[in-house]
Amino acid sequence: MSAFEPIWIARDFPKCSGCRLCEVACSLHHEGRIWPEASRVRVFMRVPGAEFPHLCAQCHDYPCVASCPVGALSVDKKTSAVLVDREACTSCGACIEACPGRIPFLHPGDKKATICDLCDGDPQCAMICVEGGWNALRTVKREESHSYKLYARKPDEITKDLVTIIYGEHGEELAR
Amino acid sequence: MRGYAGKFAEVDLSTGEVKETVFGEEILRQYLGGRGLAAKVLWDRLGGVWEKVDPLGPENILTIFAGPLTGYYPGSKMCISGKSPLTLGIVGSTIAGEHAVEMRCAGFDGLIIKGRAEKPVYLLVTDGRVEIRDASHVWGKGRVETYRILMREALGLLEERSPGSREWREPSILHIGPASEKISRVTAVQTKWTHGAGYGGYGAVMGSKNLKAVLFKGLGPLPEAWDMERVREIIWRIVRICFKSDSMRRWGTGAAGYDVGNRLSSEPVRNWQDEWHDERSFGVDRFEERVWVKRYWGDFGCPTTCMKLSVVRVGPYKGAMSDDPDYENQAYLGTNLGIFTPEENVYLCSLMEELGFCGIQVGNTLGFAAELYQRGILTKEDLGFELRWGDVEGFERLMRMMAERKGIGDILAEGTYRAALKIGEMKGLDLTRYAVTEKGMGIGAHGVRSRLDYVEAVSYPCSVQGGDHTSPAMRDLRKGDSELTVILHDSGVYCWFNIMEDEALDLVWPLIQAVTGWPITADTWYNEMAPRILAIQRATLLLGGPDITWKPIRDDDLPARWYEPLPSGPYKGRSSDRRELEEDRRRYFEDVGWDERGIPKSSTLKKLGLEDVDKKLRSYLGSP
Repeated sequence: MSAFEPIWIARDFPKCSGCRLCEVACSLHHEGRIWPEASRVRVFMRVPGAEFPHLCAQCHDYPCVASCPVGALSVDKKTSAVLVDREACTSCGACIEACPGRIPFLHPGDKKATICDLCDGDPQCAMICVEGGWNALRTVKREESHSYKLYARKPDEITKDLVTIIYGEHGEELAR
Repeated sequence: MRGYAGKFAEVDLSTGEVKETVFGEEILRQYLGGRGLAAKVLWDRLGGVWEKVDPLGPENILTIFAGPLTGYYPGSKMCISGKSPLTLGIVGSTIAGEHAVEMRCAGFDGLIIKGRAEKPVYLLVTDGRVEIRDASHVWGKGRVETYRILMREALGLLEERSPGSREWREPSILHIGPASEKISRVTAVQTKWTHGAGYGGYGAVMGSKNLKAVLFKGLGPLPEAWDMERVREIIWRIVRICFKSDSMRRWGTGAAGYDVGNRLSSEPVRNWQDEWHDERSFGVDRFEERVWVKRYWGDFGCPTTCMKLSVVRVGPYKGAMSDDPDYENQAYLGTNLGIFTPEENVYLCSLMEELGFCGIQVGNTLGFAAELYQRGILTKEDLGFELRWGDVEGFERLMRMMAERKGIGDILAEGTYRAALKIGEMKGLDLTRYAVTEKGMGIGAHGVRSRLDYVEAVSYPCSVQGGDHTSPAMRDLRKGDSELTVILHDSGVYCWFNIMEDEALDLVWPLIQAVTGWPITADTWYNEMAPRILAIQRATLLLGGPDITWKPIRDDDLPARWYEPLPSGPYKGRSSDRRELEEDRRRYFEDVGWDERGIPKSSTLKKLGLEDVDKKLRSYLGSP
């Protein structure tokens, strides 16, 4: 096996333009179509202007993998991404509940758990975001010393913080 | 059929009935979607009685259409139409956001809405389903609360119906504000707090139907394309063309509040009494450094992200928020009112959006009122206060009076042209000379007197959308910004700010084919499809009614103000020339197959398969 350096998709929420080209790139890659709700990265907009991409953070302890009652989830040794065995998945939703950010979702087509697979090491969302100069998503080297789990947060929690950066003291009121 | 979800939802708000409608391939192939299809649907259903249809009555039809390219061409939009309460014709009014993509992913290409609900309602569009729901609790609310309350309500419903399947994303929401509820003609259909479909006045149409909002959430993919590999390749090519437009990406149209006035002498200043200024306080650098908290902001699939987010952080206008503001709003709620600082401009834009107005239309009307005050025609007694140029507080008071339809605000809420007629009648004066409007619609913030801006003498007089600066008639019919080209984008439906480069325009034809499978070429478009849509729109404009009927030629003119010489700046003394307009107009009419009065010729209409339009025009207008 070649020497593949594990990666992570660094996220910088205030830089997100809300353009959703990440969703276009992701769904074209995985589905061969433009399919926003099947995109593994989904941009949330609880408050206009406070958009941000929501995608798997690859927690070091992988609570989703541990939660699966049928062992359908596993960790890709090469990329560290969570892989879903779609044959085995029973659509029970346990992984969604186990994720601190409720990031996995049941695919609107086959209803199976759907999680970012880091495009096998070449994340398409980050590629277009960097090429477009926004840099809200960027592929970086994964460093085991860092707590990536901090980024597994629910949309409402992320929004509450983000609005303060964007709207200042009025932010909290806007994010109710 | 490829590129289409395949069905439209028809909603009768009077009866509460919702049904599905399908248009055959022969219709979609001729009209695409958006503006083109709206023209077809509105003509077929209302054309016979057009002049009698009250745009604010239950008989008017509101269309909310996407097009086959929506979501595919980078930068998506929705096209809203109906009989316009401003021009009394058909206006295709576009608005960016995620709504059109959500609608297509929910399995609908569009909504056709008629009737009038007894109580305030909103529509919830989800996969294969359209529901009419109570909106009493958000009636009277502005952009922030309307979005928050309806979004939370929808999230709750979605979770209830499909528990535990996902963290639900927000539906995309089109809504109106308080001024639309009071049926002011100068209002917009809004989304994402700062976006509006203002031209046409369809906020008032929604208000007249008691329709507060439409929510969209679709879980499916975009409708299947004919050749997805080719579509994918073209999308990324267009995205990369847009990535190269550095100034558009960095400043959007927000640089123009200074540029258009200073370099081009074509910006409205104090109700167009001038079009030049050198107020460096209004430079884009000041906006960028003082109020832009987000420098790149965009809607679904947009590579340009020309929108910016402004928030005033300190001072008397603290808490105000808007987009760049974009050029039109910088001009109309800035220079046109004698206001030249970013904070004051953002404050008025913020208020305009909270109340639900169209920035262009309401700014045009406020400027008109201020000029009447300047000239002593409107007095302190008429207004209840003084209204001087640059007086933010005065303009705020007047805007609120318009939203509430109080005092003089009740008349001004009808828009500049109608207010000019009414106040003129009260004062015994011809005030239309101060109304900078085209067919009842305030003209976009690009003047023609200096001859330096993109618009031409015929752009507004010959446009089928009145004063709409995004749909200008051009002598060169195939020009990138000519009305015939814009109809393509508005029928597509996507954002034409992402197609300004010829390189991108050349890719739209192969993209249409790759999405729909139809070999539509530039020749098919300019020789047949666009003229057909244009002719229907022109016909409805000529029929007008019931409150006003435009006279061909007499009303196909520039506003009186533009025949006055520019009073200052490097192009001082320039003005519009009537003979030049007459000559250009005559040639334009000829080129699009209309007679010398601008009435589409029988031969033209027959060639386009519009015999019924011909029959109606002949019976109503008589033969020339």
